[in-house]
Amino acid sequence: MKEPEQGMTLIVKVITRLTVGFILLFGIYIVLHGHISPGGGFAGGVIVALSFIHLILAYGGKFAFKKLNQTKASFLENIGAIMFFTIALLGIIGGFFFLNFLKKGEPFHLASAGIIPFCNIAICLKVGAGLFLIFVALTLFKMEKK
Amino acid sequence: MDFVTLQETAQLYPLLIFMILAAIVAVETKDLLSSIIAVGAAGLGLSVAFLILKAPDLAITQLVVEILCLILLIRATIKRDIPSLNRGTDYARLISALIFVLVFLYFGYFALKGLPPFGKPYLNVSQTYLNEGLKRTGAANLVAAVILDFRGYDTFGEATVLFTAVIGVIVVLRKIGRIKK
Repeated sequence: MKEPEQGMTLIVKVITRLTVGFILLFGIYIVLHGHISPGGGFAGGVIVALSFIHLILAYGGKFAFKKLNQTKASFLENIGAIMFFTIALLGIIGGFFFLNFLKKGEPFHLASAGIIPFCNIAICLKVGAGLFLIFVALTLFKMEKK
Repeated sequence: MDFVTLQETAQLYPLLIFMILAAIVAVETKDLLSSIIAVGAAGLGLSVAFLILKAPDLAITQLVVEILCLILLIRATIKRDIPSLNRGTDYARLISALIFVLVFLYFGYFALKGLPPFGKPYLNVSQTYLNEGLKRTGAANLVAAVILDFRGYDTFGEATVLFTAVIGVIVVLRKIGRIKK
């Protein structure tokens, strides 16, 4: 078997180059439309993480870390957690924790439902970066040791 | 009013039997890769079951997490040597397991008789969510309205649990800090 750092064969690399953008785009779509159609921050975040894991599997860790390395992923996860907490805290200004303080908007439109889309984005950052970090920790840390 | 139609029941039961069989295969097989694939089959069956029960949000999440878990399990475990647990049949263990299963079934029978029928919970709060969810939150997807508005505090706790889990994994597996000078 080949060294895992070098990635898979040329066929896999070319197909990955064509598909990985669409996977990332689909994840972002699922997140942004979480309040209208099935999906939401958790599922979309996992799809976003899977697109980067796809890169790691096909091209190996070195190439993928140029796009998103461990420090950036930790930073994104912390940003997601702080954003979610800030949205929850901002509700206190209007009355209580997690108050939906923004305008409700028209149903079935993208700009509706107040804070829910922002919560979805925060959860997406947190879940996506977190699961990416778990994957990196469980697979690549072990290989570096050898 | 029945919440699950006869057709859905006919679709659901073969799926449940398939999932149980896949789980048994996953536990009993000796090959690690076959075991992981059997776990994946059970998870995908669960995803389709959620779809039949009209929960597309859960189905999407289950499918996506299942794929991630499969990749993780294969990448993280398959190259490592796992000590074989094949020590022959131990009759004492088998009998004690059977006794435990029988006791569990005996008490589970009485416990399950007290449960409300499927799709008819005792709490009436769900009907309020269904009636007023769109008006009060403006979210067309009612699941998002519940988990991020009515029950936002629970989601916050869940997110905290995931955050702590990630920190734990990183701290245990990282290389920095382990170097002895």
